[in-house]
Amino acid sequence: MSTTQTSAGRRSRASGLPGAGNAGFYANLPSIGVLLLWSVVPLGMTLWFCFRRYNLMAPERNGFDGLGNFRYLLSDPGLGMAVWNTVLLLGAVLVITVGLGTLLAVLFDQEFFGRGLARVLLLAPFFVMPTVSALLWKDMMLQPDNGVLAFLWRSFGFRPVDWFGRLPLLSIIVIVSWQWLPFAVLTLLTAVQSLDAERIEAARMDGAGPIALFRYILWPHLGRAVSATVMIETIFLLGVFAEIYVTTAGGPGFASTNLSFLIYRYVLMEYDIGGAAVASLLAIFLANLLALFLMRSFARNLDT
Amino acid sequence: MAQVELRQVRKSYGGDEIIRGVDLMLRDRELTVFVGPSGCGKSTLLRLIAGLEEITSGDVLIDGERVNEVPPSKRGLALVFQSYALYPHMTVAENMSFSLKLAGVGKAERERKVMEAARILHLEALLTRRPKDLSGGQRQRVAIGRAIVRHPKVFLFDEPLSNLDAALRVRMRLELTRLHRELEATMIYVTHDQVEAMTMADRIVVLQGGQVEQVGSPMELYNHPANQFVAGFIGSPRMNFLEAKAKENGEGETELVIGGSTATAPARLGVDLTGTGDAVTLGIRPEHVQVVSSGGLPTRVQGVEHLGSESYLHLATIAGEPLTVRVNGQTEVRPEQTVEVAFDPRFVHIFDRNGASLRRADDPSSSPAKPVGIGPGVSVV
Amino acid sequence: MISHATWRKMWMTALGWAASLVVAFPVFWMVLTSFKTETEAISRVPHLLFAPTLGNYRAIGAQARYLRFAWNSVVVAMGSTLLALLFAVPSAYSMAFHPTRRTRGTLLWMLSTKMMPPVGALVPVYLIFRDTGLLDTRTGLVVVDALANLPIVVWMLYTFFKDVPREVLEAGRMDGASALREIVDLLMPLSLPGIASTSLLAVILAWNEAFWSLTLTAAKAAPLTAFIASFSSPEGLFYAKLSAASTMAIAPILILGWASQKQLVRGLTFGAVK
Ligand SMILES: Nc1ncnc2c1ncn2[C@@H]1O[C@H](COP(=O)(O)OP(=O)(O)OP(=O)(O)O)[C@@H](O)[C@H]1O
Ligand SMILES: [Mg+2]
Repeated sequence: MSTTQTSAGRRSRASGLPGAGNAGFYANLPSIGVLLLWSVVPLGMTLWFCFRRYNLMAPERNGFDGLGNFRYLLSDPGLGMAVWNTVLLLGAVLVITVGLGTLLAVLFDQEFFGRGLARVLLLAPFFVMPTVSALLWKDMMLQPDNGVLAFLWRSFGFRPVDWFGRLPLLSIIVIVSWQWLPFAVLTLLTAVQSLDAERIEAARMDGAGPIALFRYILWPHLGRAVSATVMIETIFLLGVFAEIYVTTAGGPGFASTNLSFLIYRYVLMEYDIGGAAVASLLAIFLANLLALFLMRSFARNLDT
Repeated sequence: MAQVELRQVRKSYGGDEIIRGVDLMLRDRELTVFVGPSGCGKSTLLRLIAGLEEITSGDVLIDGERVNEVPPSKRGLALVFQSYALYPHMTVAENMSFSLKLAGVGKAERERKVMEAARILHLEALLTRRPKDLSGGQRQRVAIGRAIVRHPKVFLFDEPLSNLDAALRVRMRLELTRLHRELEATMIYVTHDQVEAMTMADRIVVLQGGQVEQVGSPMELYNHPANQFVAGFIGSPRMNFLEAKAKENGEGETELVIGGSTATAPARLGVDLTGTGDAVTLGIRPEHVQVVSSGGLPTRVQGVEHLGSESYLHLATIAGEPLTVRVNGQTEVRPEQTVEVAFDPRFVHIFDRNGASLRRADDPSSSPAKPVGIGPGVSVV
Repeated sequence: MISHATWRKMWMTALGWAASLVVAFPVFWMVLTSFKTETEAISRVPHLLFAPTLGNYRAIGAQARYLRFAWNSVVVAMGSTLLALLFAVPSAYSMAFHPTRRTRGTLLWMLSTKMMPPVGALVPVYLIFRDTGLLDTRTGLVVVDALANLPIVVWMLYTFFKDVPREVLEAGRMDGASALREIVDLLMPLSLPGIASTSLLAVILAWNEAFWSLTLTAAKAAPLTAFIASFSSPEGLFYAKLSAASTMAIAPILILGWASQKQLVRGLTFGAVK
């Protein structure tokens, strides 16, 4: 009985869905196709170049190189730094933006005079293109001679700090956090505002103070928004590039080089395709590791 | 000429079988109502006929032709949705003519057909409005108009009146039956409201759990429910069910012992109860129970509902089973009082342990039965 | 006598404005600097009061270079958005209205392609572009930006499409609409606001995209992001002109962004936050 049933089911499926069913299904294929190309072709080529000696400056010396690229990369002192910087940048910016973002979201959930305008101003950095924000900080805020911070330092009797020379990674972290803080605020604020006012009142009636309210009502409610914020920021933060490119160019030494910049350096400064491929592989691996973890928590929060 | 036939139609979502082998023959020009409790698969069945869902197995035939793979618009059907599903960005006229436009019908012809539908539905004055500027009833009529202009072989309605208020619902009910007569169309109408089913249907299909429980005219279902589910579903207020024991009394007659009652109720019900075991269910509609001064089944009044034209007594037997009785609107009975009731034996239904109706020799709708019944529980009519 | 509530509100006003002024200060400062002379701009003591000049804007606007960069930005942002929409609309339609058991997985997979940092694809894309002559062309950048934004555009459209009652499309199907007509005649008009804010986000992302512009373009096809980056070289140290160029580069997006902030959250969080 059950076998005839399933075979009948298969038959009617094979003969096609009625209505727009077929077209409705195929409509998804172009996107899937190009995204597949976009993710698989580069990966395949990267894998191929990992084992090739290939320098754009000396294309005639192209050939199989075994693990040569891996050995070369592992001996590069920049690699360890780049991985570490990538992770540090990601972690620091996430903590700063989500932490400050939550505080600001709660603040901007309160009624106050001119709140709408203040919120609009707060969002501005998010829409500033990365090269502009990097130069803006480098030349006008953090510049050790005539930057605004240098002026502040001097007015309080301190010696201005040479931010990009002495604390290059921290400077990058400041810039990137500044860019992403508005996004965190906006997302978390939207989530805060979607919290049912009656739930807060009920908790108040139960005797919850501000701390308890935050800890037991607000924070759990924000879980979904936080996980989304972390995921989106991670997507973009792993690829931070322009901010480094226009400020420190990865230096001094490798002090502010992340994986993105390291690879860029291999490709467009040393023309070493093999080395870049291996570093790319590492970047992809790192991203996928994070993705696996983040997507899982995000997918749980998702209603498709 | 349009008839719809379903043969062993099944539908599963993932592992759940929602429609479990439905065989139906829906006749030309009849208004067939699918009725059943929420979630029983009425909408799904309708959408399978419409072609909006793929059939897992089985066949749908329209006028004898298998249409399993025919796209919805080519089946010659029109569907009116519960939510109306009007195109919000189009005017009433555009809503109604969209299908004609897609079919490549010329402008003049389109306008003529829209005007004709608008006239039937009294929508002439609203043709340039958008759906958001219409009342619920007007939207409903536009949705029907959208169906009419296509001159479909079969109209499908999925709970079209459920979003309207009570008064409008009654009016639209009449209007739809008028439409059915006027268009001489085959219609399939889904509802979970048994009053709608009773008042509108030529034939009713009662569904439960994805299966057909019974098919028949409203009065057939009312008088001869095939099982306890149908008996309980058709008729308002619901039929009363009382646990009973069947016994031979030694004189070739069947006696029913109603739980809790000390008395026995020998009734010549014309039912062969041999082999059913002793546990059966007695069913009697509220309108077929009478309050008697003595010699009836003793009950306690739990509550009284006055509807003006009639009143309902909510009683409890000694065993605590609920029993609803329809009485005169001016009844003086008050809660906490004790009253005795008797059943008209012509209208007593007996169901076996599995809920199947035990067929009876006499037809309640035919001649009045011999006035039988002695003792509590059975009145002498 | 000031009530507790009023005190509280005043505190909140002070805190809220302090926070937003601090955050917005760099942008404000940049706009201010763009109206200064170069000497004022590099003064060690910041000038708050000065005679504003439009000279920087005039100087930047007079460069033929600048106009080309701006035009590249416009073309790339619009082009990549249209291209992404062309693929994303059918895709989102398919997943929103014809879901299968694999739809959820497909959506998450699309998102995961975005997880790969662009550098991961730099080597292959660079080589392919070099061999196909796409290096330093607007077409190349349009294609790459469209691909990079496609997952986000699909997701955002998907969440908007989910809000369109499926019965309306089914009614269309009953009325004889093909999938294409369903999309063009029903779905798109009904989700126009959603499509608009999705496009806006795609334009913003492409306008601000820096990685591919810096690596794949040079003099010919470089958009404004790359033009601004050229100010980082030592010979480009003109803060006032940099500020003017930057202000012009971010102004359109700042306005678009502010106009669409609400939708943006929803889109960028893939519908997780509404
Ligand atoms: N797309 C679907 N996927 C999975 N299950 C579904 C789907 N559509 C319907 N069902 C299930 O099928 C069953 C029948 O649904 P259907 O909508 O046909 O009920 P109905 O009789 O029309 O109920 P109602 O009176 O509430 O409209 C329900 O249990 C429902 O959960
Ligand atoms: Mg239904």
